[in-house]
Amino acid sequence: MRKTMTGLVAGVGLMWACGTSAQAQELTIFWAEWDPANYLQELANEYEAETGVKVTVETTPWADFQTKAFTEFNAKGSAYDLVVGDSQWIGAASEAGHYVDLTDFFTKHNLTQVMAPATVKYYSEYPANSKKYWSIPAEGDAVGWSYRKDWFEDPKEMEAFKAKYGYDLAPPKTWAQMRDIAEFFHRPDQKRYGIAIYTDNSYDGLVMGVENAIFSFGGELGDYQNYKVDGIINSEKNVKALELYRELYGFTPPGWAKSFFVENNQAITENLAAMSMNYFAFFPALVNEASNPNAKVTGFFANPAGPNGEQFAALGGQGISVISYSKNQEEAMKFLEWFIKDETQKRWAELGGYTASAKVLESPEFQNATPYNKAFYETMFKVKDFWATPEYAELLIQANQRIYPFVTAGQGTAKEALDALAADWNATFKKYGRNK
Amino acid sequence: MATAVMISLDTKSRAASRGMSDIHIRNLFIIPTILFLIVFNIFPLIYSLGYSFTDFRASSNAPANFVGLQNYRELLNDPFIWSNFAITAKYVIVSVTGQVIVGFGTAMLLNRDIPLKGLLTTLLLLPMMLSMAVVGLFWKLLYDPSFGIINYTLGLGSFEWLSNPDVALYAVAITDIWMWSPFVMLLSLAGLSAVPKHLYEAAAIDRAGPFYTFFRITLPLVAPILMIAIIFRTMEAFKTFDLAYILTSQPTTEVISIRLYKMAFQEWQTGRSCALAYIVLIMILAITNIYVKYLNKVKER
Repeated sequence: MRKTMTGLVAGVGLMWACGTSAQAQELTIFWAEWDPANYLQELANEYEAETGVKVTVETTPWADFQTKAFTEFNAKGSAYDLVVGDSQWIGAASEAGHYVDLTDFFTKHNLTQVMAPATVKYYSEYPANSKKYWSIPAEGDAVGWSYRKDWFEDPKEMEAFKAKYGYDLAPPKTWAQMRDIAEFFHRPDQKRYGIAIYTDNSYDGLVMGVENAIFSFGGELGDYQNYKVDGIINSEKNVKALELYRELYGFTPPGWAKSFFVENNQAITENLAAMSMNYFAFFPALVNEASNPNAKVTGFFANPAGPNGEQFAALGGQGISVISYSKNQEEAMKFLEWFIKDETQKRWAELGGYTASAKVLESPEFQNATPYNKAFYETMFKVKDFWATPEYAELLIQANQRIYPFVTAGQGTAKEALDALAADWNATFKKYGRNK
Repeated sequence: MATAVMISLDTKSRAASRGMSDIHIRNLFIIPTILFLIVFNIFPLIYSLGYSFTDFRASSNAPANFVGLQNYRELLNDPFIWSNFAITAKYVIVSVTGQVIVGFGTAMLLNRDIPLKGLLTTLLLLPMMLSMAVVGLFWKLLYDPSFGIINYTLGLGSFEWLSNPDVALYAVAITDIWMWSPFVMLLSLAGLSAVPKHLYEAAAIDRAGPFYTFFRITLPLVAPILMIAIIFRTMEAFKTFDLAYILTSQPTTEVISIRLYKMAFQEWQTGRSCALAYIVLIMILAITNIYVKYLNKVKER
């Protein structure tokens, strides 16, 4: 009987030990449904081959991503161990305790030096300049442009353009040139249009699009240190930038008032527009002949400069964070340690992911790997982002409510729209006790 | 009444003779159903009512603070919310009126002796059997200014239905009319087939014109069932979300449900969105009550 009991206890102990170990052999990463998530799964498969830890990248459509992620966080659910969350989420997720503090991890691995400075600033640090880090820069991304090389390089077009505008037709170096080129190629009677820009106002599409103009015109959204917005978001520079964005909307294909990354790639693949705005993460589809019949004649350029030569772009991309409610936090940290290794970052870039590793980004190997990597490299060192405060969603919705009617329907003026937005943002910051 | 209840619970009832008493039936079916309703309907309803008086945000770990009527006060003073209500009201009026005209008109046509009447009725019912998401995507293609069949058929060139803020709401309403007119048609057909034939015969003997016959016989007799269709469709149109959300993102089509969704699940203003949900609920109840009172008056006539 004693032997039986000892055996039983030992068996149960062994089962418990095996159970715990088996539990830690699996990790789930939550991300949006797009190509980089597939590349991450490929990378994770290599991690499994190396360590035996199975990593599943679970995805959901972009439209649901925020809602689904925060619903799980709010329920303190442990369905996911890591999340590749949007840069704007960092304030809301860290203040609510959904993300594990990675400051020690950051310091230990000297990540402020390893990763490109802008990616650390926008994907990882919150509050700004606090030296507290909540994510590891994972998918670097920013807005860039694709264009139809065959249209631009057609001798007849070049001649006609020079005759009309007095300078050579080439990928635009400034927003003013971009406006001219968009106007030049806008030919509704031929079903050819000048430009495709972001207009969708259901999340951050339109706002990111407008940010490209605002930042390059030398403007800002506000003072991120003290939450001052009046005189900044409605500055003269921002008014000019918004007016130009509205003007560009006039050169988009018909029905372009709810367009985001899918439609903007279609503008190139379906011969609709001469130039198209999109995140670099969506460019692989444009160099693939299976998804773009115009792949051979598609070129790329970085966001052009504003009237004073300043050149910035809206940040996309995400950092990877450990979720506080994960039961496999230790294992998740091991994965992150593997993820930040130079050779892993190199492999990540080879697979198609946009590494944030400064070393890899600077390498000629990376910059020559695709027709757009050089433009991506240049852009990643001059990116700026939206507010990352916990109430970012309210700020985003208010921006959409004020800017959208002006851009797509010409209601009111740019000054009126931005003045109203300044008042909205001011009231929101006041409500949350940030701007006293 | 009490006797009736006693009789229904009598263990010697017919159910009892089949091997299951009324008490067993109550325990097995009625009590679980009531419990289910309490847990999944009543409890969340009361819980959300509680939240509507707090500043609770589901996305933060902060506790809910009681703020009294502040959420209600702020919402009722918010011009954006009133604009959302105005858009919803406009949508409800256009959409329900359209459905009644098209649905009742089609029912009048189908109420005659026409060939393939059964097949036609079945085909006309198809739109309301489709999913809202499918209908939304389908009509988005139809409205497309570049390759949509609507502009091509009507010769409208590249007219923008969904991008034009002045037209977008009507475009959504047209889709809703297409989808739900068959529902009104179905109920109207039931009402029309119940009108006694001898009334029309008497009207014909009296040489009453079609206008007189319609307004003095058809409409009054079909009115109660038509009112039921209007009540259902008004409630549904007031809550509409999918079609407007899928078809367009114009501020002029942001009906109150979309605003509520954004407030609750994008901004995570849980307390405030609960308050808005209650305001919407009270409005729907008030409108429905007006309709029901009118329906009762119509029935009494």
